[in-house]
Amino acid sequence: MGDPINAIANWLSGWLTALGLPASLVTVILMVLGVVVLASFVLIVDILLVWVERKVVARFQDRLGPNRLGPFGLIQPVADIIKLLIKEDITPVGADRIIYNIAPIMALAVVLLLWAVIPFAPTILGADVNVAVLYIVAVGALGTLGVIMAGWASNNKYALLGAFRTVAQMVSYEVPMVIALLVPVLLARSMGLQVIVNAQEPWYILVAPLAAIIFLITSIAELGRAPFDINEAESEIVAGFHIEYTGMKFGLFYAGELLHALTVSALFSTLFLGGWRGPFAEQVPILGVVYLFIKAFFIYWVIMWIKYSFPRLRIDQMLGFSWKFLTPLALALLIVTAILDKVIEGVSTPVYVISHLMANLIIAWGTVQLLRTYARFERKRVAEVRPVAVAPEADYKELIVQE
Amino acid sequence: MTAMQVVFLVTAVVTLGGAVMVVTARNLVHAALWLILTLFGVAVMFALLNAPFFTVVQVVIYIGAISILMIFAIMLTRRVMQDSGPQVNPGWWMSILLALLLFGGVDPLLALGKALVSPDGYVLPFELASVLLLAALIGAIVVAWEKKS
Repeated sequence: MGDPINAIANWLSGWLTALGLPASLVTVILMVLGVVVLASFVLIVDILLVWVERKVVARFQDRLGPNRLGPFGLIQPVADIIKLLIKEDITPVGADRIIYNIAPIMALAVVLLLWAVIPFAPTILGADVNVAVLYIVAVGALGTLGVIMAGWASNNKYALLGAFRTVAQMVSYEVPMVIALLVPVLLARSMGLQVIVNAQEPWYILVAPLAAIIFLITSIAELGRAPFDINEAESEIVAGFHIEYTGMKFGLFYAGELLHALTVSALFSTLFLGGWRGPFAEQVPILGVVYLFIKAFFIYWVIMWIKYSFPRLRIDQMLGFSWKFLTPLALALLIVTAILDKVIEGVSTPVYVISHLMANLIIAWGTVQLLRTYARFERKRVAEVRPVAVAPEADYKELIVQE
Repeated sequence: MTAMQVVFLVTAVVTLGGAVMVVTARNLVHAALWLILTLFGVAVMFALLNAPFFTVVQVVIYIGAISILMIFAIMLTRRVMQDSGPQVNPGWWMSILLALLLFGGVDPLLALGKALVSPDGYVLPFELASVLLLAALIGAIVVAWEKKS
């Protein structure tokens, strides 16, 4: 009773088989229907996200946000979409027409692909891929491609610069992200997301808090959101890779970005916050969907909180942060977790959690100490008296004499 | 014909069509994008063979790393974006003749395909990969050779 999705699928498959269709065709029809239903559901949530984003940013900036159309401005996104649809569609001169038009589709489609492997409930998930974590990394690589295509095809130097920046950022932040992703994989002994969710007793945020933080930071960088939004830094390159897009094509980029943020939140919830886990989720699977979305929206709110609280980083600071700080930290964390997990194999759950937590805390303390030493060194270096170029005094006197 | 066979045929046509476009496209970026389509087609093939790990690794390595690197290199050298030179060598008919002689007909192709994936024969795939890499090495040297005029 608690699982309407599978009930409908079973009824439909029975009905189609009764009509006399071959079994393989029934499977394909059900697969296609599943894709359509999942994609539509996610896109409808995406429409809601526009409203959530505008409302939350308004609150952070001490405003009210959209409040004219419908209750609490809920119809605002529909008005936004109508506005985007009736705008003039501009293709710049010299643009590579086909690539220019495929790029926004790529940007949104790639995000939809990620939802295929997220388990919504114990019995509801798109595809139970046993290498789901690797799949997430692979789809992230495709996302980079959409940005490159948009930047190159626009025939605009700002768009190209934005694309270059995005690629540099994504390629650098992918390294610590993949290493951080390995920690839950290691703990659950599987790359399948459903197995990882089932193994979270308790949630991995308690067992691997540092990995969770690294994953969150690198995900925000992959999203290209503030403070990592140099790829669309308005004061430098106007709007980055989507500078030339108008109307619904821009809308697709925008929708893709918002949905990507929610997708990353859902992934974070799945990997570190127990996914669909919650009271009675195993008996009533549909509750799992609710739990997953509550957790995902909480993380989405955290991402927005970060976005509207921090100023933009410079590109050298950003790449340095990834290569000199996050990557070594993630590597150290992975090694320590791997050894510790093997050493304490077979102990009771409280001991297991406390020892992992202690290891994480010790690494965090060590990191803070290292950072403090570095900051002290930097302060000394900056405070040192440096030679300043001064006009030689003799010449100065000569000048006066001449006058 | 089952539905899976239809999917396989469509994928095969897209993959091969993409591969042809890689070598015929005049624009380097277009060629790189067609190459990505081809590699993606191969990934879909792996998926159809129930090999999810290969599928994902194909996408991560070939599309995520190698193709992105290629596109990056191409974009940094805008000058050679459009190639107007001849697309075939004068001796193009010889390679067609050779290919027909070696792989002509369906039976030898079937035998070759089976020999490539057979679990107890590693010599043929190894030798083929070696020849292919050697040819690519020589080709790279020939292309990069400064012609004395």
